Amino acid sequence: MKEHKPKIICFLCKWCTSAGADLAGTSRLRYPPAILPIRVMCSSRIDPAFIIKAFLNGADGVFIGGCHPGDCHYQEGNYHTRRRFAILKKVFDALGLESKRLKLSWISASEGVKFARVSNEYTEKIKSFGENPTKSNVFL
Amino acid sequence: MKRIGVFICHCGINIKGTVDVEKITEEIADYPGVAYIENYIFMCSEPGQKLIRDVIIEHKLDGVVVAACSPTLHETTFQDALEEMNINRHQLEVANIREQCSWVHTDIEESTRKANLIIKTAIEKLKLNESLTPIFAPLTKRTLVIGGGIAGIQAALDIADGGYEVLLVERNPSIGGHMIQLSETFPTLDCSQCIMTPKMVAINKHKNIKLYANSEIESIEGFFGNFKVRIKRKPLYVDPDKCTLCDDCTAVCPVVVPSEYDEGLTWRKAIYIPFPQSIPATFTIDTENCLGFNPIACTKCQDACEPDAINYDMKPETFEEEIGAVIVATGFDLNPVENMAEYGYGKYPDVLNGLQFERILSATGPTGGEMFRPSDGKVPKEVVFIQCSGSRDPERHLPYCSRICCMYTLKHAKLYKHKVHDGQPYIFYIDIRSGGKRYEEFVQQAVSEDGIVYIRGKVSRVYREGEKMIVHGMDTLTGKKIEIEADMVVLAMGIIPSADTDKLVNILRLNTDENGFLVEAHPKLRPVESIQSGFYLAGTAQGPKDIPDAVSQASGAAAKVLALMSNDEISHSPIVAIVNEDLCSGCGICVDTCPYGARELDIIEKIATVNDVLCEGCGACISVCPASAAQQKNLTDEQIFNMIRIYTNA
Repeated sequence: MKEHKPKIICFLCKWCTSAGADLAGTSRLRYPPAILPIRVMCSSRIDPAFIIKAFLNGADGVFIGGCHPGDCHYQEGNYHTRRRFAILKKVFDALGLESKRLKLSWISASEGVKFARVSNEYTEKIKSFGENPTKSNVFL
Repeated sequence: MKRIGVFICHCGINIKGTVDVEKITEEIADYPGVAYIENYIFMCSEPGQKLIRDVIIEHKLDGVVVAACSPTLHETTFQDALEEMNINRHQLEVANIREQCSWVHTDIEESTRKANLIIKTAIEKLKLNESLTPIFAPLTKRTLVIGGGIAGIQAALDIADGGYEVLLVERNPSIGGHMIQLSETFPTLDCSQCIMTPKMVAINKHKNIKLYANSEIESIEGFFGNFKVRIKRKPLYVDPDKCTLCDDCTAVCPVVVPSEYDEGLTWRKAIYIPFPQSIPATFTIDTENCLGFNPIACTKCQDACEPDAINYDMKPETFEEEIGAVIVATGFDLNPVENMAEYGYGKYPDVLNGLQFERILSATGPTGGEMFRPSDGKVPKEVVFIQCSGSRDPERHLPYCSRICCMYTLKHAKLYKHKVHDGQPYIFYIDIRSGGKRYEEFVQQAVSEDGIVYIRGKVSRVYREGEKMIVHGMDTLTGKKIEIEADMVVLAMGIIPSADTDKLVNILRLNTDENGFLVEAHPKLRPVESIQSGFYLAGTAQGPKDIPDAVSQASGAAAKVLALMSNDEISHSPIVAIVNEDLCSGCGICVDTCPYGARELDIIEKIATVNDVLCEGCGACISVCPASAAQQKNLTDEQIFNMIRIYTNA
């Protein structure tokens, strides 16, 4: 069987996690090419609709990276994200989508190592779940 | 449709090594909207930029995607190139195919495929980018400097000399910081007070400097260029204008407490002047210890004060000031003593920390500069100095090097030897770090001329036996155990961010590293700025450093502020929120979400509005809008959906 190559859409906040991803690159750390970045100004910009859309389009996982609680460049954006993420997981479960494929992580600009580690672990986890089943039975 | 040019950078082999740029060039050439595509060895070079400029004319481009390194590095370079050709800088997108692709992947096929997708997301985003102009806002040409140690003083003087107003806020009753406590400074051995006090006086006299001593920052609001800060000034309980510094009050005050200035080696009264050269020069009452407060049990100082300068009823005052920029220079504290129990600090009076030894060496100190030990006033004949007391010990203490201890310990040993000619200083060390200018020469001279014995190794225990302090250690060069019967032990304690730095950082919304020091915007190229616009860093608040480095950083931060203040306006990113009035129902959720007060409800029209100047462009209000009436300029929902589509359809 052909190996499943997952697609993971990653929403990275400009100030912390995207800068952390840049540092992972500068430090020449390794993680799988399944990680597909979209840079936003703040994790609070991420509309749940983006995540649902990504899933319905067949993304195997969605990753959200923001500044650590208390360190948000925009004061409190990541708190909005945290609350929204908790609700979104429930909505996912209610709709029959797999909430285990969602990930939220706080990664600062100095945590290149953490970005690479989370990327590696998360990709492995998504691989173990196999292909996103939602894509084949779109119902919305 | 826009005519988009795509330029793929090889970055030498940094990108080309793992991304097949030729293949991508072929693949994307026919992508809708792409009018021109090229790859080149270094897009950021002048020939690379010229290529962009030439192609813009030749192929009548109105948008450019550069696939290269992270946008944090060269986005402005390429935006400037577009602007030179009269194309709006927001018609540029950078596809980050180096840091987030070629450098982290090894499989050429896979990384080429990913780079292809990243470039396409950039193209899709660019297709819907609007041309925007910066938003200009007025600039308040006043600077707040927090911390009145040498770094804060230097920064304040540099900015004030440049002709701009400075507010200097110091938490303690006097400015001066730790430097004013020092005896002589390495490696030149010039008297610390002699070089410090003229600067302190200059602060007091400067027409452009307003000093808030005994004051703290309560809150800060606003945005880069236009902050409103609330400063709380604690009462001195002595009117500085009336106080004649006659000292009659201290003579009658019945309360004695350890002196902060002398690091607890002497006593002061509850009414006191921190030190003779204090700026502002006035007495103050320490309400924690004074008996004149709640309930009033004593009014001796008030009775003795002829000019009637003492007033127990003074209240804290809060001042609201407008400022444009902030320099944080909050300094350091020594690692708390209770963290070094194994060396007997706090238990034995003859185990001192570095600052206490500075006070003993100082002509203004408790012994008038004579070398006596605290317990019995005898002249110590053998003194053990322990470097890295609590530093470079990731398991139990501070993981980092405090940078100044090697040099100050050596200076201590040298000055001790100058005072006690027949005395013997020993220094336990891990390494001798003498990287500053003339530092190594200072070390060599001290070792050859002053007979200082260096023992490589750590001390395991210090305890008292009779009149002697027994120091147990290991000489790791010979592998032998060492026991020294010393008269005095001096610990080179590591340094940590000053007390309550964490609270201030929360008020200012700045970032700290894992050790609590403030984080600079870039460790090499932007070492005096915070990533938060309008905030600059100086001195040991940013990390351990010696006086020359603290002063250099302070002047660097001041230069950054002066460059800012030379503008009449500040420009503000136009990537802000916008409201589609036809869709807005005026529910007001966005108003509650905005942390900057940039969203308001127009009550008459029943729609939400955006104050462009206050909007910082986070986008929090966009994603909460139930009607999708709010959008972020150049990062609209549609743009993000299109980017998602590129990745998922591949």
